[in-house]
Amino acid sequence: MGNLNVATATQGLQNYAESFGGFEKAAASRELSWLRKLRQDGFARFSDTSFPTLRDEDWRFTNVSAIAQTPFRLVRNGDSLPSRKDLDPFRIAGLGCQLVFVDGRFAPALSTLGQMPAGVTVNSLARQLERDPGTLEPHLGRYLDLQRDAFGALNTAFLEDGGYVHIAKGLVVEAPIGLLFVSTAHDFPAVNHPRNLIVAEENCQATIVEDYVSLGGAEALCNTVTELVARDRASISHYMIEREHAKAFNVSTLRIQQGRNSDVASHSVLLGGALVRNNVHPVLAGEGAECLINGLFIGNGRQHLDNYMLVEHASPHCSSRQFYNGILDGQAHGVFHGRIIVHKDAQKTDAKQTNRNLLLSDTAQIDTKPQLEIYADDVKCTHGATIGQMEESALFYLRSRGIDEASARRLLLVAFASECLDRMKEGPVRTHVETLVHEHALRLAGESHGAARQEQIA
Amino acid sequence: MSLLEIKNLKVRVEDREILKGINLTLNAGEVHSIMGPNGSGKSTLAQVLARRESYQVTGGEILFNGKDLLAMKPEEAACEGLFLAFQYPVEIPGISNAYFLRSALNAVRKYRGQDEMDAMDFLPMLREKLKLLEMDDKLLNRSVNEAFSGGEKKRNEILQMAVLEPKLAILDETDSGLDIDALRIVAQGVNAMRSPERAMLVVTHYQRLLNYIVPDRVHVLVEGRIVRSGGPELALELEDQGYSTIESVARGASPA
Repeated sequence: MGNLNVATATQGLQNYAESFGGFEKAAASRELSWLRKLRQDGFARFSDTSFPTLRDEDWRFTNVSAIAQTPFRLVRNGDSLPSRKDLDPFRIAGLGCQLVFVDGRFAPALSTLGQMPAGVTVNSLARQLERDPGTLEPHLGRYLDLQRDAFGALNTAFLEDGGYVHIAKGLVVEAPIGLLFVSTAHDFPAVNHPRNLIVAEENCQATIVEDYVSLGGAEALCNTVTELVARDRASISHYMIEREHAKAFNVSTLRIQQGRNSDVASHSVLLGGALVRNNVHPVLAGEGAECLINGLFIGNGRQHLDNYMLVEHASPHCSSRQFYNGILDGQAHGVFHGRIIVHKDAQKTDAKQTNRNLLLSDTAQIDTKPQLEIYADDVKCTHGATIGQMEESALFYLRSRGIDEASARRLLLVAFASECLDRMKEGPVRTHVETLVHEHALRLAGESHGAARQEQIA
Repeated sequence: MSLLEIKNLKVRVEDREILKGINLTLNAGEVHSIMGPNGSGKSTLAQVLARRESYQVTGGEILFNGKDLLAMKPEEAACEGLFLAFQYPVEIPGISNAYFLRSALNAVRKYRGQDEMDAMDFLPMLREKLKLLEMDDKLLNRSVNEAFSGGEKKRNEILQMAVLEPKLAILDETDSGLDIDALRIVAQGVNAMRSPERAMLVVTHYQRLLNYIVPDRVHVLVEGRIVRSGGPELALELEDQGYSTIESVARGASPA
């Protein structure tokens, strides 16, 4: 067998090549030639580049050698599905439906399909490929740039299942559509590659939430890609919630294609995982499109949470807003890398980027990097970043009113996070995220400081 | 038993001794004023009483209601009934004023073994207090002190005091930055809270506030020591003559 722990990158690639060979022969809908080509292109690209290193400008702050060196294996069949009860903690009250994917595969028995209005299609991608591949062919893989990122290429190579959402023209869908991705424990390091496609036709309105969780405590990699197409005047809220356990690797890419006067809000909430990389890549392709990229990341222990944004302004009169707040404790390492490209025809672009960070320990670390590339001459682009500690004066003010230290810390953490929460539309998903953030703040406030700890011991 | 007994209090900030042996006794029902020029240690005294940890107490003791105040954390002192109206109220973005006030009140109630108050009972009570201070309801939904005017901030301090109903209220330069109308309203709020069970310590540079909140005793603090004490007429005398006379006398009395 050899010692897998010291597998070199070459061995790693060989491992993926074998895996891909096996996958391709058995993959769902392998008879579709366009799909076969897509997968092969993905794998070819991945083989060319392999995993990024710290020398790669886009990966300067995030070392993925732990991922590269782990002999991950694809989970082929869901032989041991969790029970519905296992998933109770991950239900979100008020969703219109919740599709559940276990190790990347649709699990109908665990899903709640609900009653979605006519004109809304929510399905597993694998089933949609089987039933009506023609609806997918024009979109799937068309927006994600395989050249950009080895993880996106790898996901495309192993593309098979995930969520498919289609909202018909002019439709307003009130209840949020939920996609829950559950990684389960195996006696080998398991990998899954969920692939989601969301197509919002003209003038429609909807909320979609992707929620990444894990059961058991085994090492696992979830490498996910979502392509979101917002046609002219569509208004879409997208949530990505990462709350996997401390051994999980999660790499996600949200590629957004925006039509004229469309309006997309992307909310990323990173709370869990050992090593998390969240890529958000909107292309404002139609004139007058607006994009909000809102993020909150809260890390402690040895968590590494990397937020990478690439905002492309490709048409005139578009606006983008990036707001990311990070709270880091212990030896957690956060990254905010916000790249804005204003193409030469994108006059009157209005792009703004703000990253605020709160470091709760001397060993927590944040790397924040704005990167503006402007090829048009009439644009407004601003960026700013702050790094601070919890303000002693605010803490004293709260305590002087009778609020104990741990509670005062929690209040200040929630207040800091609430800047991000307030940008989410009122509704079930925001309520859910607020609850998660409060739980996290409570934990950090209680754990992070000596005084509070001593109090508990005394 | 006195409500507050300060005995020979000495306080350092970094290498500098700010308070050089303060003695002060305050009984329930009394209002005392601490007056003094800038840098005399007035605010240090107020902050030490509220248990700010960045000040180093090097000597003396403070009994509050018979208990050792210097052994208390800021929140314990507050729960025991001590309240400081800040000279510079802190802005806290992201926490609504109403939520803050209710959290504070419930922390205090919990400490005293009382039931926590829910929003249904709390809001009507709060609105009553707002009226007294002629404050806009809208200030309740805004973040604590954020983008409040100077006058709104000071009124907000008195509102907190009215909600928490302390045994001892320390007003630190509550008059600074207030126009005459705001001063009148703030004083009215403070006077409404005077009671035989409650004591107040009014820290101020100027006599102006004491026209509205008439103290029982006035103490003059110069260079970390109380150099004179007297009745309310002492404040008028200071207003008349300024601090320079009393400062030079104080210097003469304690050569460096």
